[in-house]
Formats: sequence, C-alpha cells, structure tokens
Amino acid sequence: MQSQSHRFKQNVSVALEDVSLQKALSRVQEGFVDKRAAVVSTLPEFEQLREQGREIRNHVLDHLDFYLRRFENRVQALGGQVHWAENAEQARDIVRDICRRVEAKTVIKGKSMISEEIALNEALELDGLDVVESDLGEYILQLAQEPPSHIIAPAIHKTRAQISELFYNAHQKLGYTKKLDTVPDLVNEAREVLRSRYLEADVGITGANFLVAETGSNIIVTNEGNGDLSCTLPRVHIVTASIDKVVPTLDDASALLRLLARSATGQEITSYTTFSSGPKRAGDADGPDEYHVVLLDNGRTEMLAGAFRDMLRCIRCGACMNHCPVYGAIGGHSHRWGYPGPIGSVLTPNFLGLEEAGDLANACTLNGHCASVCPVKIPLPDLLREHRRRQFERKLQPLPARLALAAWAGIARRPWIYQPLMATGIGMLRLLSRGRGKFKSLPMLGAWTRTRDLPAPQSRTFQTLWKKQRGKR
Amino acid sequence: MADSARDRILGRIRAVTGSKDGENPGLRISQPPLLIRPRIPSELLPRFVEKLELGGGSISQVAEHAGIPAEIGRFLDAEKFPATLRAAPALRNISWGDGLEVSYGSSDGGDLVSVTPAFCAIAETGSLLLVSGEDSPTTLNFLPDVHIVIVESDQLLAHPEDAWAKLRELGQVPRTVNVITGPSKTADIEQTLQIGAHGPRKLHVILVHPE
Repeated sequence: MQSQSHRFKQNVSVALEDVSLQKALSRVQEGFVDKRAAVVSTLPEFEQLREQGREIRNHVLDHLDFYLRRFENRVQALGGQVHWAENAEQARDIVRDICRRVEAKTVIKGKSMISEEIALNEALELDGLDVVESDLGEYILQLAQEPPSHIIAPAIHKTRAQISELFYNAHQKLGYTKKLDTVPDLVNEAREVLRSRYLEADVGITGANFLVAETGSNIIVTNEGNGDLSCTLPRVHIVTASIDKVVPTLDDASALLRLLARSATGQEITSYTTFSSGPKRAGDADGPDEYHVVLLDNGRTEMLAGAFRDMLRCIRCGACMNHCPVYGAIGGHSHRWGYPGPIGSVLTPNFLGLEEAGDLANACTLNGHCASVCPVKIPLPDLLREHRRRQFERKLQPLPARLALAAWAGIARRPWIYQPLMATGIGMLRLLSRGRGKFKSLPMLGAWTRTRDLPAPQSRTFQTLWKKQRGKR
Repeated sequence: MADSARDRILGRIRAVTGSKDGENPGLRISQPPLLIRPRIPSELLPRFVEKLELGGGSISQVAEHAGIPAEIGRFLDAEKFPATLRAAPALRNISWGDGLEVSYGSSDGGDLVSVTPAFCAIAETGSLLLVSGEDSPTTLNFLPDVHIVIVESDQLLAHPEDAWAKLRELGQVPRTVNVITGPSKTADIEQTLQIGAHGPRKLHVILVHPE
C-alpha cells in the first residue's frame, strides 16, 4: 500500500464532506464506545487488570530477546519454522518464497495488520497468486480495493448499499445474479462464495494477537471463524507477526485477552480464540503439514530503544480510535496507510518517517480520551506530543507555523510580558464581543471561524482573578 | 540472510535489555505467577450457562451418556435439521441407536451437523475448550452449520488458567486448541450482528450431569 499520509490535510477535507462516511462513523459511538462502557462496568477488577496488563507487557519488553528465543525454540521443537525479517521487503520475500516452494496457487488470509503493514497481498498477487481475504470486512475492502479504515472493523466506512453493489459486480460470474439488500443475505452470499475458497486454498496466512513463549503457539481471536479455518484447512499455515506480540505464558495471554475483547468490541470474549502450535502431529485428523512464523521488526527495535517504547505495549484493540474525537470526525482513511486513529498517528511516523506522516500527530487535540481507555495504559498524548516536538526541532512544519510557535513560546516564557498582554487582549475581546458570547468572524482567524464560532472570553484572566482574590479564602 | 536478520534483530534488542540481566525471566514460565482472576459470584454451572447463552449458544442436560442420542435427536428435530451426524472418532463408544445416522472423521465441508467432545469447559466466559488430535478433528468445529459439543459436568472449570493447568498435564500442547464461545458471528456490515459468518450458525452443548 502506497502511503498517502503526506496528503493527510486534503484527505481530511474529503472525509468531512462524505455523508455516508459520517453516518458510518456515528455507528462507532453506538457500536463500540457504549458496549465497551457497559461490559467494563460489570467487571470490578477491570482497572486492576489494566495495571496488570501494563506490567505484563513491560516485563516482556524488558526481556524481549529471551522470550523471542524461547518462542522460536518451542516452535522448532514442534516441527515449525521461524523466520526473521528486519523490514517489510524481507518479510514479503520470505512469504513469497514459501508460497513458490510449495507451488501454491491460492492463498486464503485471516485478518492481519502486519500483512497490511508489509503490503503482502500486492506482492503475492504480483507473483501470480490468487489471494483471498476471508474476514468479511477485509473481503469487502479487497473487492473495493481500499485499505482498512479501522483495525477491528475494517469496512466500517462502507454502507450496505455500497457492499451490495460490490458483491453484485464481483459475484455475478459465480452465478449470483441478484442484487441483495439485507445484511443476512449479504453475509450468507459471502459465506457461500468464500467457503469454496477455503477448501481450495494451498496456503493460509493469519496474523497473531499473541505469540506464547511457553508453548510456541500463536493465538488468533475472531468472531467469524475465518482465521480459524485459514489456519486449519490449507496444507501450509504462515503466521505474520511483529516481534512485540510475544507473551511469556498461557496465563499471561489470558490476562491480556480479558482486556482485548472488552476494549475492542465490548464483548467479554469473542466467539473463537484459537491456539496453533506447529504443524499437524502424526496421526492428527486434520491441520497443516507446514507451520511458519515470520517475525517482523520493521523499526520496532528502534522504538524499543527510544522515546516510543511504551507504544510497543499495544495489543491492537482499537479502543483509542473508537474514543478519539478526531477519528470520529474523519475516520481512518485520511491516514491512507495501515494503522488509523491515535495508534496510527504514533506508529506511522515511526515506520515511514516524520516527513511523510508528521501531520497525523498534529491533528490530535490532546484531549486524552485514548489514554484513559487504553487497556495497557499507553500514554498516547505524550507520544503524539513527542512527534510534534521533533517536527519543531527538525523544522519540518511550515515557516509561518514555526514562527507563530516561536513567538508564542517567547511570550509565554516571560510572565512580565505574557500577563499584561493577556489581560489587555482578553479585555478587548470581551468588549468587542459586546456580550454576544461568540464571534462569527475575526480578522486573521478565518480558518477557525469559517466552520465554527470562536467563543468570546467571559471574564478576566485567571491571573487577574487570582491576584484579586488571594488571601480572601 | 534470514539468520543474519535474526542475529541483528536480537542484537539490537539485547543492546537495550542487557541491563535487566540480574532478573531471570525463565521463572515466569516454570512458575507462572498468580494473576488476577475475575471473581465469579455464583456457582460454576449457572455461570457457565449464563455466559454460554450470552454468547449465543444453547444447552441441554442429560443424566447419563445413554441419554445423549435421544437428546441430540430432539434438538435436531426442533431445529428442523436432518438427523445425520458427523462425529469425532472419540465418540465411537456412544451407542447412537437407530434414530441417528452417524459417520466418523474430519469434515470436507459437506456436513450439516457435527458432534465433538470437549477437553473442558470454562465457567467464567461460558466457553468450550476443544483440542485437535487423532480422534478429534478441528474441521468439525468450524465447517458444519450446527456444532454440538458433549461436556461432562466434572470438566467444568472456573477460569481459563485452570484449563491451562490441565493442558500442561498433557506434556505437549496439541496442534490446535479452540476456545469456543457461541456460534460464528459478524458485525462487519453496518455494525449489524449476524449469526453464522463462516463457522457454525448454531452451537449446542449437551451437558452430562449425573444427578
């Protein structure tokens, strides 16, 4: 996937005008935010579990090489293979070479964000493979040739009518000639069409919600059962996972899974949690003949050593984007690459560079909702602020913005200038507003007042009030 | 190439984690610390039933193994499914009688109804834990429209951690472990819940519970 993060500002303008996108985004609120709140309220231990989740993930990062080597050792003992990739290109090559060696024609895929990150589908298709996404949302997006706009509900921006059109166009050649308009009919048609694709696939590729060092297992969590079929039916199972996915034990995995489902979809647990360990055993009735795990670094060891280490605790639940007012306004497509929402705004500049993706961090309002719901307590606003600081330091923002910020800093750091200036400015604005409480337009603030009113100051500055009232309480 | 990538990645990690050398992370695996487990405010069985049904599954109880075939027959009749079963070979010792047509083995996608044993059940979440093996094909858990799971009452455990303790007794973790909570579902179209995405449309538990 070609990143379009540098076009962030233009993409945002398009998103804000997109009526069906805005309708879809309003469903995020009902669908995810309220459900999460409800399920969290029934678990008194939830806050303790968050703290414990943070500790487990930190412990893993403190001993990451130990747990990765232990995981590799277990996978090999079970007859599987572990491959290491420093970057996206190496990861793509590893998967492509396995597919070539086993003479694969069709690949069925469970949902994997790592696959998006390394642009795996395009690489395999270029090699002549028939690649089929099996998660319903991902399948819809594959037909639409679009990237996911949400990590849990990738096609959340698509309406039923749009999906009906996509299915009608894609499935006609398979004998499905009716245009469908109900959700059950659409799901059923996808079920029928995809069923045969599972059965004929040579290779199944899934992601991993966690890798378990104790047992050498990869864990996937689904509601549809799609990833579970993808790692069971084909003769080769390939797992694409990043190095930060490892956890010490099955118990640790359970502790984190309790947080994951609640934070992601507001469920206590998803329909399926599947643990795959190695290829099928002698005598097993089914399962793949080969099991491969591709471990991807792609900038993560650099994050481990630097200011963005906390981000590696992420368990990819999506709660931060569900609760983000900016995501709620523009959706995930304005990023046009891999990870949307607050985690995307932190991760993408780490993967692609600040020059390409710096604007993402600047869109944040620093309201802190994301950090307050993060199941592993990642200080997302602090990390976003770090991106901004670096942009300023490296002079990546436009000159007027930098000059304005420098001027502001110069004033704000000198109280003897700041206080009288503010007192005068606020007093003047208050007078100018003539008690209306807001401005419909103001010179030089057209960019703000074009889409909303500027609230007028209602009182004097805090400093003025403080001086007046000090000692009176 | 792959090997050098491995060494470089581990080397970069090592440069950061080296300072923690005094600790022994291996202890966490050999002696897993006791982690927080949500309190279950009721008896295990009512909790299991409550959470299973919350996830969209259903349950009926029989007092002894001999009652299983009749109960399955009743269930399939009520749900208007044919009395034809694909069963896990582990269930060969059940005498199915005349009312049900039973075959054994993995599924190729052509079976409407499957019956499998559980490794254990988890009350906290209303889940069933199934393991792969010679006698318990994983395809039976996903391909048929109706999945029926036989659970013995003494297999009911409180938490997944109890299931992991039981799994560790096997010595080696089976190729596939499925924790199943309700039928297959999706909300990928307009966040509307739809049962039966790629896996079973119905999940039914038969609990063998001697009085």
